[in-house]
Amino acid sequence: MSILIDERTRVCVAGITGREGRFHALNNRRYGTNVVAGVTPGKGGQDVEGVPVFDTFAEAVAQTGADAALLFVPARFAADSILEAAEAGVALIVAISEGIPAHDELRVMAQLRRRPGVRLIGPNCPGVLSPGKANVGIIPAAFFRPGSVGVVSRSGTLTYQIGGELARRGLGNSTIVGIGGDPIPGSSFVDILALFEEDPQTELIVMAGEIGGDAEERAAQFIAEHVSKPVVAYIAGFTAPPGKTMGHAGAIVSGGSGGAEAKARALEEGGARVGRTPTEVAELAAGMLAAGVGGGAR
Amino acid sequence: MDLLEYQGKQLLARHGVVVPDGGVAESVAEAVALADQLGYPCAVKAQVRIGGRGKLGGVRIAHSHAEARAHASAILAMEIRGLPVRQLWIERASQIAAEYYASIVFDRSAQAPRVMLSTRGGVDIEAVAAAEPEAIASLHVDPLLGFQPFHGRLLAFGARVERDLVGSVVQTLSRLYDAFIAEEATLVEVNPLIVTSGRELVALDAKVTLDDSALYRHPDNAPLAEALDEDRQERMARQRGLTYVKLEGDIGILGNGAGLVMSTLDVVAQAGGRPANFLDAGGGSKADAIATAVEVILSDEKVRAVLFNIFGGITRCDEVARGLIEAFERLRPRVPFVVRLDGTNDEEGRRLLADAGLDGLYVEATMDAAARRVVELAAGRMELAR
Repeated sequence: MSILIDERTRVCVAGITGREGRFHALNNRRYGTNVVAGVTPGKGGQDVEGVPVFDTFAEAVAQTGADAALLFVPARFAADSILEAAEAGVALIVAISEGIPAHDELRVMAQLRRRPGVRLIGPNCPGVLSPGKANVGIIPAAFFRPGSVGVVSRSGTLTYQIGGELARRGLGNSTIVGIGGDPIPGSSFVDILALFEEDPQTELIVMAGEIGGDAEERAAQFIAEHVSKPVVAYIAGFTAPPGKTMGHAGAIVSGGSGGAEAKARALEEGGARVGRTPTEVAELAAGMLAAGVGGGAR
Repeated sequence: MDLLEYQGKQLLARHGVVVPDGGVAESVAEAVALADQLGYPCAVKAQVRIGGRGKLGGVRIAHSHAEARAHASAILAMEIRGLPVRQLWIERASQIAAEYYASIVFDRSAQAPRVMLSTRGGVDIEAVAAAEPEAIASLHVDPLLGFQPFHGRLLAFGARVERDLVGSVVQTLSRLYDAFIAEEATLVEVNPLIVTSGRELVALDAKVTLDDSALYRHPDNAPLAEALDEDRQERMARQRGLTYVKLEGDIGILGNGAGLVMSTLDVVAQAGGRPANFLDAGGGSKADAIATAVEVILSDEKVRAVLFNIFGGITRCDEVARGLIEAFERLRPRVPFVVRLDGTNDEEGRRLLADAGLDGLYVEATMDAAARRVVELAAGRMELAR
């Protein structure tokens, strides 16, 4: 098992005829991902190395039974593309696009609340990888092996850093989920923690948060109340000054809230172990798994 | 992007919100001419992107030509929390009967705009919020429905607005919401929203933040990003499309991906060092972008050592190495560099660096080791300088 995606997931890539979309669609297919279709308005009827291209999501879903969408659409068209995929009945939408206007995201989330069967991952995220099964995103799969650690993170390269440290200690992953660095992510830590809690392959969960907002504090409360598996957390941004946006639109300490120290404290109080560096996170995870903590024992 | 007070007010005025008459001055002479034209008493207000300027003497009332001159020269000579005052806003003084507070914020948790109203506005609104949260009426608006008159009435009656003002409060809130949506703001805050002696609602101050990602749809607002008080390195970086934040320390930092760069700052701080900047070179950086980033980092004279921390996904480590070699040739840096390359094409990247034999460049295998090394190097150089 894994969460969100596996070898049966039928992926439709929006923007497949563009440079990025084509590269990652083919790369992911080589990895074993079931890439069944592409969507580019006006290019229906073409194919990208055998992957059929459709003008609309509705057509792609009708013709190929696609149940997941991977979006490489430029930011200014991305909200429209997410809404189109949701309307076509795609259950999982992974939006890689960075720089989607905040008000577009507001409208998208307001509409998705009316469609409870649709899950959005991202935007501004590296996507989802279930090692050995499927890659729906841009996470460099070569660094990761199948295993029992579930990873959820707001940052792409920080995920690779932590994943790399875990791999160095012989630990693999059930699924790696990048939820993205925007102020309004489609899926939150809480959403993904709930999925890992239910997933039999996942024995331990690593979550990598950062400054800004209260998603980590909410995750801490959820861990305390609903998560029986061990959680190791990391927070980036201890040295970030208040009032400055640190790269991610969501990463800003404002009005005394959203600071790293408070988040780390909340997570520890919620029952998670907090590592102060990516290395320490991996050491904690390896130690807990070796000691049999969470090795199926509840 | 945070707007200055007068920029925010001009933006709100475009949507029908009433603001006092006034003008911008960049010199004492301009300020006095404006004050004479507007008539006395008038307000002389520092334009800086930071709160609390009133309590620090950045807002003064002039009752005469002589006072206008004295206030303008005093305020233009000020630094408010480290920011020099480059512009003044001169406006006709208002007759204040009451001070309200109104705002629309982007509520991340609720994923919806939140509108707030209080009749207890003014400089102490934060204390009111802490001590008597019930004095602030608040609700969320479904962005697909928009702000309706009933929202306005719920807020006005909830905040116990005086009855004769309910109609104009509803109208003003609706106009603020229009501005929030039409200009794609992430914050619109009016404090105080005053009631004049003529029972009119006037926005006496405004804090507006616009969404940078949406600026392409608002070409009229783009010039507002040309901030006069922007740091030199931050401007260089912005013009080159890099994400850069200036910090206080002496260790230049470059990484790829916001989360990894934040983490790098933390690890350097834990090793006892002080980062000089946050610089995210972004995903898929090519050699020339890397060389440009080095140029921005080195233009900060405080920098005594530089750390490159790269975990390549879409970014290829060989491209990063080529960029670094190019930067060394072009800029001949006089400070040491520590480089950690992991991920896509990392072996090739390290081989390129070894072959180039760059002076003062140290390669480390892990992020922790690289952080320790750069901290040692920065400290060592400081001793030499003594």
